[in-house]
Amino acid sequence: MSELTGTWALTRLALRRDRIVLPAWSAVFVLFNVSAASATVGLYPYVGSRAEAASAINDIPSLVALYGRIYDPTSLGALATIKSTSLVAAMLAVFAVMLVVRHTRAEEENGRLELLGAAVVGRRAALTAALLVAAGTMVVIGVVTALGQTAVGLPAAGSWAFGLEMAGVGLCFAAVAAVAAQLTVSARAATGLALTVLAVAYVLRAVGDSSGDAAGPAFWSWLSPIGWGQQVRAYAGDRWAVLLLPVAFCALAVGAAYALASRRDLGAGLLPDRAGPAGASPRLSSPLGLAWRLQRGALLGWAVGYALLGLIMGNISADLGSVFDSPQAAELITRLGGTAALTDAYLALVLSVSAFVTGAYGVSTAMRLRGEEAGGRAEPMLAGAVSRTRWLASHVLVAVAGTTLLQTVIGVTAAASYSLQLGSWDRFGAVLGAALVWLPAVWVLAGLTVALFGLAPRVVALAWAALVGFVLVEELGALLSLPSWTRELSPFGHVPKLPGADMVWTPVLVLAVVAAALVLIGDGGFRRRDLDTA
Amino acid sequence: MPHAAEYARPGGVGRRPLGPTASYRYGMSTAIEMSGVVKTFGTTRALDGLDLSVEVGEVHGFLGPNGAGKTTALRVLLGLLRADTGRVSVLGGDAWSDAVSLHRRLAYVPGDVALWPGLTGGEVIDLLGRVRGGLDAKRRAVLLERFDLDPTKKTRAYSKGNRQKVALVAALASDVELLLLDEPTSGLDPLMEAMFRGIVDEERDRGRTVLLSSHILAEAEALSDRVSIIRAGRVVEAGTLAQLRHLTRTSITAELRHPPDGLVRLPGVHDLVVNGTRVSCQVDDAAIDAVLHALGSAGVVSLTSQPPTLEELFLRHYEGAS
Repeated sequence: MSELTGTWALTRLALRRDRIVLPAWSAVFVLFNVSAASATVGLYPYVGSRAEAASAINDIPSLVALYGRIYDPTSLGALATIKSTSLVAAMLAVFAVMLVVRHTRAEEENGRLELLGAAVVGRRAALTAALLVAAGTMVVIGVVTALGQTAVGLPAAGSWAFGLEMAGVGLCFAAVAAVAAQLTVSARAATGLALTVLAVAYVLRAVGDSSGDAAGPAFWSWLSPIGWGQQVRAYAGDRWAVLLLPVAFCALAVGAAYALASRRDLGAGLLPDRAGPAGASPRLSSPLGLAWRLQRGALLGWAVGYALLGLIMGNISADLGSVFDSPQAAELITRLGGTAALTDAYLALVLSVSAFVTGAYGVSTAMRLRGEEAGGRAEPMLAGAVSRTRWLASHVLVAVAGTTLLQTVIGVTAAASYSLQLGSWDRFGAVLGAALVWLPAVWVLAGLTVALFGLAPRVVALAWAALVGFVLVEELGALLSLPSWTRELSPFGHVPKLPGADMVWTPVLVLAVVAAALVLIGDGGFRRRDLDTA
Repeated sequence: MPHAAEYARPGGVGRRPLGPTASYRYGMSTAIEMSGVVKTFGTTRALDGLDLSVEVGEVHGFLGPNGAGKTTALRVLLGLLRADTGRVSVLGGDAWSDAVSLHRRLAYVPGDVALWPGLTGGEVIDLLGRVRGGLDAKRRAVLLERFDLDPTKKTRAYSKGNRQKVALVAALASDVELLLLDEPTSGLDPLMEAMFRGIVDEERDRGRTVLLSSHILAEAEALSDRVSIIRAGRVVEAGTLAQLRHLTRTSITAELRHPPDGLVRLPGVHDLVVNGTRVSCQVDDAAIDAVLHALGSAGVVSLTSQPPTLEELFLRHYEGAS
């Protein structure tokens, strides 16, 4: 057992390092699941309304591709958890991947593991500790979710099936990350590899589900850990035996990770680094060229994802009116302003969600400022003939351009697929505008990050807290009956909900000015302070 | 830029030709002047009234134990940190407010070189050179060859020494007046270290000013015209190597015919050990004559004397620092 010596010490170290992140994110996942369940319980008290909502999802192929299928249209739980078993499960997988990579390859890359490895720590201790932390987190999230689902009034057996299938998805991707961390040399590449596996798994499930029927999905879904989770069919049959699939997969993948780990040296990977150019291209001549170079790969990935999402969203929105064919639903829709109003409300909703995600991109991009500074990579640039303002502006520019690109991509693809489905391009501009109108609010978030960076660089991560706060206020404010002033605090609360609502320019322009002011404040702070190489 | 040999060294020694650097052309002979510089981080006084003066055209050794404030002082010189009080002048400009224009005329090699893991060494060298105002392509190629560095490798695959080489090539291939080097050889192997010393000599011959921080005395001794020894945020000794050697003592061991007489009473004799007819002691320069007389009168059988080394002085300053 000497290879495992020190596992417990490393596990405690990881828990200590993540003592805030772990409980906070776990709570977010549990809260999302349970609040979605609680909201659904209130919204669909009758079997008839549930069946209608369920068939509205099952009848639209693009929705089945996005979320999966509801196998029991009368089940409240199945309707309540459809987004959790697809989108939230994927987010949970991302969380598991980040956790494992953070405590394995990232530690190895920055040399800390070497320091520990020289102490009394076995060869397998670091990987084991990371897996213990990730597995423990997933199990806790699963169990607390199950208890919460039961508490809001869903059947206990289904709630346990749901909690365990969610944990199963997380565990599978923790194991995938453990393998990826052995293959690549950099943490970034390991994360990228594991997330690519996740994307493939999601697409496999989408293909399998949309080409399946009410009896079950096509074979493709059975190749995907996300598909396994859904095929447990919590609240719609509770097929416990399917839970054996993630267990078997984890055993195989973790075994593979250990086998790979024993065949390589510390710091090395199994996938070699390719050689690159011996000199820099003319574009890599300035802080801006560098900032773009550092961000372009990630931005491209985001843009591809956004394009796919936009195509699906646009397609769904054009179909929306036709699925509600009961007379009551038609009457309701007419009262709400017709199918056009329904489509508009749907578009406004999904584009607001995309704006939050773009906001997250903006924060992470602006956060690069701090990453470069703390990592000692701002120093060589600022020791060149580069002013503080120019260096800061280069990263701000990439954040602004990146967020603009992403909202444009989702706007154009959504508008195009909507127009194609409708056979008319009259509303192309309106849909695109509805995506772009969120940009000033997104920039306020990025600006807040820059201001924090300039004034209080060590707590720049508070920008994430602000984003989470804005999301909670916007998406759950009504559900949790928060006072209305909380919404006034959020930049996202001031954006007109296009394309249905009327365009109002004043708040949008004010947001843009606020964003610019925040950047200027950040620059002012940064120009006056010491470089803080932590 | 031509390196005209006709410019004489300001001191008139003429051993090393001085390039037509801008600051020299304007008749300035001080490249770096720090006086009474204080820099605190919270309750720690990293620099505690630091005075440092570096002449144009000299290689100046900046010596001190780990944590003495060398890196902090260099960061203040670069305008990355702002001094709480005191004056910091670099190449005639203010280190903080004139940082951008000064950085076109100087190059910096940090002690702990952090690079962008996804870029190749060659890309980083070009990037760092370009943000400073350009690189000499021919010199870049020569330096890559001499440092035996593969520029097509991603920097994450480099060892500490190779990352240091990237920063060194970028700095040395730039056409600058002043080089600030922070423990530049700490990751290099002995062969590369020797090569680096040769390069620093060449840089001096080209008329560049070099401030070289180090905690290794031998390195500073081999390269520097003058050294400043820093401890706990202040410079405790500064001067040429010859001047500093005067502060040190010659160590003398002798075998005598008779037990010595009167050595104990001589001023300038330290650590005297008399063991019958064997004598060993440390002697100040001023007392050597008197000591030799005293030994001579006791009849010398054998005598060894070790020349004064900076090591001893250096260790004296290091003691208690850690």
